[in-house]
Amino acid sequence: MKARVVVMPKKDVLDPQGKAVSGALHALGHANVEDVRIGKLIILDLGDDLNSDEATSKVTEMCEALLANTVIEEYSFELEG
Amino acid sequence: MRWAVVTFPGSNCDQDCVDQLGRVLNQDVVSVWHGDSELPEVDCVLLPGGFSYGDYLRAGSIARFSPIMKAVTAFANKGGFVLGICNGFQILLEAGLLPGAMQRNIGLSFICESVSLKVENKSSALTCQVPSDTQVLEIPIAHMEGNYTADEETLKALNENGQVLFRYCTEQGNVNDAANPNGSAGNIAGISNANGNVFGMMPHPERASENILGGTDGAYLFQSLIATMEGQR
Repeated sequence: MKARVVVMPKKDVLDPQGKAVSGALHALGHANVEDVRIGKLIILDLGDDLNSDEATSKVTEMCEALLANTVIEEYSFELEG
Repeated sequence: MRWAVVTFPGSNCDQDCVDQLGRVLNQDVVSVWHGDSELPEVDCVLLPGGFSYGDYLRAGSIARFSPIMKAVTAFANKGGFVLGICNGFQILLEAGLLPGAMQRNIGLSFICESVSLKVENKSSALTCQVPSDTQVLEIPIAHMEGNYTADEETLKALNENGQVLFRYCTEQGNVNDAANPNGSAGNIAGISNANGNVFGMMPHPERASENILGGTDGAYLFQSLIATMEGQR
């Protein structure tokens, strides 16, 4: 089973990278870009031993402890396979 | 007084701290490896600057799980003095020993320059030896992730409890946007925990503790801790 974890800056947290990329896209003429947010995609290979409830619980634990800093980031994930 | 300076893989200011504390300030200093699980008998633990674990994931996020951090956390929770400088500050935030978090600098640049710092609280263990006629310290910063952030409630508590120790300011001591190098909330450059025994600051006092380095303002901070610890003996 694999988990695709997406970590994003919280909505009310300023994202300096997103802001810079937004500015660059505007400079390239993409005026329809209203906002850019940049986060991280983390793919975990969990092997074959966990059922999906166990995997959900484990991945949540990993996100809370290490993968996301919940002071400034939020996370979501999908399990595959 | 006896100090432990922790070296993580990627720390690069650890020996500067050992040198300034030992040679310049005449302290007893022990180097401690991140993989150790116990601290030696010390009065203060210093987490130095650098790029622990290459700043992978987030600055300080992996170092906070180093074996030594359990001992550092226990030491801090018993009231022991802990000072985190730059990456050390980031590690203390990730470990939850200090409130808030660091984001990338607002201009997305690594900034290495001398900055002016307004000392907001001169009664803390880290600032009590700053002379009464000195309001502004000149100490260098060198970081990519020094943009301090916290929710409104946390910022309010920091302000009300005197936990904000330093703010970026102009040479004259004015705290304003123009003097904010990295976008930190309220120009915050250094804070303490509510108990006043854990400190984090982005500027590097060990780079401004003797004249040959271009300034001695950083020494006031080490001298403050030394005086406080001696007073408690």
